[in-house]
Amino acid sequence: MRTRNPMDTYAGLLFVLFGAAAMVFSVKYKIGTAATMGPGYFPFVLGAILCSLGVVIGLRSLFWAKEVKKGPSLHWKPLVLVLFSVVLFGLFLRPLGLLLSTLFMIMVSSAASHEFRMKEALLNAGALAFIVLMVFVYFLDFQVPVWPSILVGRT
Amino acid sequence: MELLANLSLGFQTAVSPENLLYCLVGALIGTLIGVLPGIGPVQTIAILLPTTFALPPVSALIMLAGIYYGAQYGGSTTSILVNVPGEASSVVTCLDGHQMARQGRAGAALSISALASFVAGSFATVVLAVLAVPLSELAFKFGPAEYFSLMVFGLIGSVVLASGSMIKAVGMIVLGLLLGMIGTDVTSGVHRFTFGIIELADGIGFVSLAMGLFGICDIINSIEKREKRDILKSKLTGFWLKKEDLKAAAPAVLRGTLCGSLLGILPGGGAILSSFTAYMLEKKSSRDPESFGKGNLRGVAAPEAANNAAAQTSFVPLLTLGIPPNVVLAMMAGAMMIHGIQPGPRVISSNPELFWGVIVSMWMGNLILVLLNLPLVGIWVRLLSIPYRLLYPAILLFCCIGLYSVNNNTFDIHLTAFCGLLGYIFHKLECEPAPLILGFILGPMMEENLRRGMLLSRGDPSVFFTRPLSLAFLLMAVAMLIVVALPSIRRKREDAFKEE
Repeated sequence: MRTRNPMDTYAGLLFVLFGAAAMVFSVKYKIGTAATMGPGYFPFVLGAILCSLGVVIGLRSLFWAKEVKKGPSLHWKPLVLVLFSVVLFGLFLRPLGLLLSTLFMIMVSSAASHEFRMKEALLNAGALAFIVLMVFVYFLDFQVPVWPSILVGRT
Repeated sequence: MELLANLSLGFQTAVSPENLLYCLVGALIGTLIGVLPGIGPVQTIAILLPTTFALPPVSALIMLAGIYYGAQYGGSTTSILVNVPGEASSVVTCLDGHQMARQGRAGAALSISALASFVAGSFATVVLAVLAVPLSELAFKFGPAEYFSLMVFGLIGSVVLASGSMIKAVGMIVLGLLLGMIGTDVTSGVHRFTFGIIELADGIGFVSLAMGLFGICDIINSIEKREKRDILKSKLTGFWLKKEDLKAAAPAVLRGTLCGSLLGILPGGGAILSSFTAYMLEKKSSRDPESFGKGNLRGVAAPEAANNAAAQTSFVPLLTLGIPPNVVLAMMAGAMMIHGIQPGPRVISSNPELFWGVIVSMWMGNLILVLLNLPLVGIWVRLLSIPYRLLYPAILLFCCIGLYSVNNNTFDIHLTAFCGLLGYIFHKLECEPAPLILGFILGPMMEENLRRGMLLSRGDPSVFFTRPLSLAFLLMAVAMLIVVALPSIRRKREDAFKEE
């Protein structure tokens, strides 16, 4: 069977998935009665609603969609690099400190653009590291590790 | 004259040097970021939320409100000069504003948009002040049943008036409600859906969710789109308006203000809807509808007045009933909760200086913007010429540092990356993230009121249908759904949201 609106089909599937997960986990908590609801009651009901909405959206996209639509177009590079740069910053901040994490983050995230130029990105990273040091560390006094922990002997 | 006493209390709070400074800073930063295309008020607030944590609640809210309407001003500037709306509510400003700029009247367009916004903002501030007390007194009569039904009404309303597929939007609301369940259950103390992750015991951080769904996700999308901009290179002159310009614009400003003030209060209303409506109203009522879209001054004045008025009056339901009518106000609600203030009718009585201070500061902020923005237009234009490839890494970096500072841990950073991924998937599947945020904010409140209502009625759900106010809210919600589902209206609704 061919779907007429793949976006809706996937969205329906996603909703069913989330709804079903909510219902499965809600059962593990106490459901309770309508008068004395347990912690599982409301999430269970919501999960059921989400599931049925997902089913309707999915079926509609298979049988009753008015216009045929193309599926979503994916570009992996910006998605992966931007998210990776954020995760990298989170991983590096404690052990390597703010300055090095900033450099890594800017380089990785800059590479996501189709206009990426190595020299320019390096300059940008350097300038931003300086600005961050001035604004957040000296001016706003944020409690952030600045230098790598090995250098300053922080644990 | 209780109103005057209240306003003077607000005035005292707002003009303290410290708060004045935060108002100024908020308005400036808001404009700065609002000028950048692709980053509107929602993204701006999401990104800057952590920077307000160190402030006292009043100053934080004053600054956030400043960011909100500052971003709106900035958005119109970009619309007029670059023909790229800085944010959604200035889409219509592009139509006539940019045409005026092409005809060499950029200065006049910027002036009228600033003046219209100021007039509308002043009027809406009074509306807010007048409506606040009686509405919050009404809200005190609400029991849990009324509150639950009101939230249903608010959530449905926000979907009906928004664009895109309705059933998907309802799904996103429910998903948002579910995400709001994550964390410790208030009544029983059970950790729900935390999967053993200690950091989730307090629930998903609002900042992480908002920043991921709006900030990070929008950056990824903008990189994908490879936008080209055409910036107006000519020099800006002629900020002073001629007498006949003012005469032509005045009635348009007035109509826009009224339209915006009214639509701002409705659930799901707010800046975007009202600017579209005001523009269409102006075009329909004009003797010369052909001139719209070709640089008609009234086509700038009316929507600019309307979006600013609506931005202000949409604080009414949040501050009096505790229901955010749209996603920007949901961000404000999130910010208030982070500062330990539960939005709702109690704010006026328990934190009068906060309530009136914020209201008065909105008016002051508008004044600051009029005085500061026109001279600063040159700087904003230069900001636009910074290439996006240098800008977005900086925005990402500030997001991450801000996230770390929320709880001094890196968990929030990783959670945000995950929310960014979710946001990207939603975007690709054409699911709007705004209803999800509204659901997320209202989720815990809805559950609590449902539980209490059912407990009081001993498990009899008819309580929601027998109490008159509760029934009225539910009926209105159903009526809205039916009206939108009617084929003729559905077509009109799709037309209305089509960008011209």
